Amino acid sequence: MNRFKLKDIAFSYSPDVSIFEGLDLTFDSQTTAIVGQNGAGKTTLVKIMKGLLKPSKGTLSIDGESIADQTAAQLAKRVGLVFQNPNDQIFKTNVLEEVMFGPLNIGFSRFEAEKGAREALKKVGLESKVSDNPYDLSLSERKLIALASILAMDTEMVIFDEPTTGQDFAGKEKIKAIINELKAEGKLILCILHDMDFAADVFERTVVLNQGEVILDGQTRDVFPEKNVLEKAYLEQPYVTQIAQALGYNDSFIHESELVAFLNNKK
Amino acid sequence: MSVIEVENLKYRYPDTTTLVLDDLSFSVEKGECLGIVGENTAGKSTLCYALAGLVPHFYKGAYGGKVTVNGLVVREHEIATIVENIGLVFENPFSQMTGAKQTVYGEVAFGLENMGLPRKNMHTRIEKYLKLLDVYSVKDKNPFDLSGGQMQRVAIASVLAMEPEVLILDEPTSQLDPQGSKDVFKVIEQLTGKGMTIILVEHKMEQIAQYADRVLLLHEGKQIDLDTPEKIFSRLDLKEFGVRPPVVTSIAQALTIRYPDTQLYPVTIQEFKRLEEMK
Repeated sequence: MNRFKLKDIAFSYSPDVSIFEGLDLTFDSQTTAIVGQNGAGKTTLVKIMKGLLKPSKGTLSIDGESIADQTAAQLAKRVGLVFQNPNDQIFKTNVLEEVMFGPLNIGFSRFEAEKGAREALKKVGLESKVSDNPYDLSLSERKLIALASILAMDTEMVIFDEPTTGQDFAGKEKIKAIINELKAEGKLILCILHDMDFAADVFERTVVLNQGEVILDGQTRDVFPEKNVLEKAYLEQPYVTQIAQALGYNDSFIHESELVAFLNNKK
Repeated sequence: MSVIEVENLKYRYPDTTTLVLDDLSFSVEKGECLGIVGENTAGKSTLCYALAGLVPHFYKGAYGGKVTVNGLVVREHEIATIVENIGLVFENPFSQMTGAKQTVYGEVAFGLENMGLPRKNMHTRIEKYLKLLDVYSVKDKNPFDLSGGQMQRVAIASVLAMEPEVLILDEPTSQLDPQGSKDVFKVIEQLTGKGMTIILVEHKMEQIAQYADRVLLLHEGKQIDLDTPEKIFSRLDLKEFGVRPPVVTSIAQALTIRYPDTQLYPVTIQEFKRLEEMK
């Protein structure tokens, strides 16, 4: 998959409140973060992309081909979604079975499913927990189990909904490494985030969604200096950007190392 | 005066073999804001449970040492008595809502009814705390129809309404969006300003640096250090405990911008700026 395109999408949960009216967005090989406050439409958007919700208008296409006729089950082979709350997607009583559930469902043989599941558990660093009950693990570990279940399905696109919630420093570093690895494997990556520092650190492109509309879309480096637009969407700048601006530098700093190098040169 | 005294506290959960809290001793002064930091398995939440009495009254297991809150030995009193002295706000506001009440007002009343507070005093108190947390306008709404930020503020209001001496906030904003998070920290700022004793567990070190007077660093249930944010975040071995300092401190370290007298690094942007200009 090289491109996932949404064109002129309209959607509403109830007749009087519409979430999207004519939304256009295209995702390509750049890793993309979607930011916006609660209720901006982020989760609705990814549920539409996953075929879990049907838009009332507009088209969805993958590499130029419409996916209107595909069922959620067919799309499941191509688009993986890691839910924000892992409890929404955990069914089994043992970690290995849990991670094999998705691959088996989309037609992997037991052998392939187990191989994929073990590799995925290794990626998230939980290979030693294969026989545990997912509910005996901590919430942050359950989030990694939910992530492994999607990795095991080896879909062409992976969508993350708030992967860093409740993760500590090491957990975030792990997720960052997985995202970079998936990108290197040529997969499309999309991520909903409330954590602006993580967005700035990891993603090439950032889309700001506010009340169902894209109010900013561009290279992450160009998006985060736009303080006024971010404030309109009730978002804050990453700490690095805030520090640079507090020191009186208006250049676009989104990585700690850049600001350090810049300040060092100035000395 | 110490509001909390922890002496040689040890604890492990039932059917487990490792100590989750391993010989902790510290005290918290009245009006102080104590930040607790450490990686996910450090024991932060369990320590909060032990301060609030959920350990050992609700979670059994092996317990040693002594926790005293407002003069009461936690182990020797029922949870009902302890909650009047120390209130715990959970990470996920959904967990805090009783589900028994149809309105925000009723939700805040719930704890007070359990305390047996006279009705007349109850109304005054509920209104006071709904207004303080800026959720008075949604008092007739169902708690589950609120935004995450509003729901967390209702959770804090329902705990504060019991007027405990100490408020424990266990990652109060991790489930919230940036605006909801900002709203909650605005409240924390107000409460620390009013001299409330607060225990704050938080992954965002910038928030700890901003609000905590002292920071307790935990690792695998052990007390590694307890000191000012500047001292804790200047530790060069901090990452070994799964904690990274605030971004501003990390930049200050790379540029060796520090306090000339103590050689410590700044933990807030304001201090960083001041020291950089002095240089």
